[in-house]
Amino acid sequence: MFFGLGILRGMNITLMNFIRSYTRKRGSGEIGALTTVQYPEERLPEKEKFRNFPFLIYDDKPEDLRCVACDICAQDCPPRCIYIVKETDEAGKPMKKPAVFDIDFTVCMNCGICEEVCPFDAIFMDHEFEIADSDRHDKLLYHRDDLLKTNEHFHKIRPNDGREVDTRLAEAKEAKAKKDEARKKAAEAKAAAKAKAEAEKATEAKEDKPPETEKESDPQ
Amino acid sequence: MDQMFVNIKAALVGLSDKVFPDWVGVLVSIAVSIVAIALLGPLIMMYLTLIERKVVARMQNRIGPNRVGKYGLLQPLADGVKMLIKEDIVPRNADKVLHLLAPILIVAPALLVFAVLPFGRNMTAVDLNVGILFFAAISSIGTIGIFMAAWGSNNKFSVLGGMRSVAQMISYEIPMVMSVVPVLLAVGSLSTNAIVEAQADWHWFVFTPWGFLGCVIFFLCGVAECNRSPFDLAEAESEIIAGFHTEYSGMKFALFYMAEFMSAFTISGMTTTLFLGGWQGPLLPSWLWFFLKTYGLIFIMLWFRATLPRLRVDQLMALAWKFLLPLSLVNIVATCIWHFLSDEAFFTPAAFLVPLALLVFSYWGLMKLNQPYMPEKRVYPLVD
Repeated sequence: MFFGLGILRGMNITLMNFIRSYTRKRGSGEIGALTTVQYPEERLPEKEKFRNFPFLIYDDKPEDLRCVACDICAQDCPPRCIYIVKETDEAGKPMKKPAVFDIDFTVCMNCGICEEVCPFDAIFMDHEFEIADSDRHDKLLYHRDDLLKTNEHFHKIRPNDGREVDTRLAEAKEAKAKKDEARKKAAEAKAAAKAKAEAEKATEAKEDKPPETEKESDPQ
Repeated sequence: MDQMFVNIKAALVGLSDKVFPDWVGVLVSIAVSIVAIALLGPLIMMYLTLIERKVVARMQNRIGPNRVGKYGLLQPLADGVKMLIKEDIVPRNADKVLHLLAPILIVAPALLVFAVLPFGRNMTAVDLNVGILFFAAISSIGTIGIFMAAWGSNNKFSVLGGMRSVAQMISYEIPMVMSVVPVLLAVGSLSTNAIVEAQADWHWFVFTPWGFLGCVIFFLCGVAECNRSPFDLAEAESEIIAGFHTEYSGMKFALFYMAEFMSAFTISGMTTTLFLGGWQGPLLPSWLWFFLKTYGLIFIMLWFRATLPRLRVDQLMALAWKFLLPLSLVNIVATCIWHFLSDEAFFTPAAFLVPLALLVFSYWGLMKLNQPYMPEKRVYPLVD
């Protein structure tokens, strides 16, 4: 064969790409079409499983945090970027609520382990990734109030996970309610039985002499 | 429209003639040409950078610069500002004088060549009767500048790049000049204006067999001459960082860039002048024809860059000495045959076919001679 035929073939390919970059629609996925997405103005749709930095979820009011400050996420966080302090009531008794919940996003490595270990479905990974700032000490240390986001937001960014979590929570609540009711009933029954027994005892004691020997037989 | 720029210059000279004595008019005439060229060179260079980035981007399915101004049209200005405010670093052990002079010595010849380019009818700045010789001589001065830059930087990569560049330029200068000889034979003049005028009425030399071959050889050698891809061994970034301009930054670096792009333009312009009929063409103004053809050739250069990988040094030398040089010598013979057979007419079948046959035959023969040694594929009967 003659010299240069391979060169001509190669040049044909580049020329076709040049022409098709104008004739074919951008992003259509055809051969030769441009693939660029001009980021700040245009964005690719976010994938639901995409995860970035964690946020704290609340149901109706910001005070109704799901977080109970159990510290599991802080313990399991590989780079230890979560810092939690429990809230205390007036008597100094710790409450099931975080007073301080800090996440240092300069340290966070976006692994999502906090979300996985949380038994209360209180912390989830967000889709927000444009948190760049020129100050790495203050602006990227997020406090409790910066991390708060509604359940609606969670449903917006991760509809499937949101549904799953909600049903799970509802089931847990129902189960808890049932259990509570059962316990209540049991307690009531017990109380009733106890009352009855006491009443019987009282009547017996009234009828007979007080059983002082029984008291002495107690180890106490 | 055709003589627009010529008329503007005449008006300026006429204006000075009314006020000042005659000799001032001569000076004004010279000054106008110089200013026009001194502005044109950098302007062309600035927008070539943008065109290159855009075209190569499109060939790679990208968009290219589009942020500064509409379609990125102000990108060259932004680049210029960036280059100007960059720090100018001179290596401690560099030869300060050579290091400073080299970029100047590279840009000056690249700009000087503009003087003999016929941009349009009556639009040659200096109609030298040795225009082509001037072009060949001046365009090879750039080599000295490149070697000065390489030596003055006191850097091994620079020297390697500089030596490669010198070897390449000397090699490619020869087939380049040899491929111009047929044109000079056919025209009988070294003046660029005469060459363009000889190609009137569609008698473009590229339509003859020797002209086509000469055009291809000249253009390829020109691409090698201005160190552009695929012949950019002198600045092969994967091997020797940036070659001779490794140690340059800021505006000095920009000057190297400028020289490269301006010589890319002048090579394309010279190919247009010699083989593609220069500013000759129907309907449109002559200068527009010149720029259209020149930018067409520049597009081909960018197309090369987007397509071809860099040559190896031995391949580069082999192409020049073992292929292009013999072919350009045969081309001279073919031109002589064409000249005697055509008998002053541009196209006669015999004058077309005989040189064509000669050239195709020698092309084929050279190709056979240049075939690399391919050992026979070994067979291992006991293994299979």
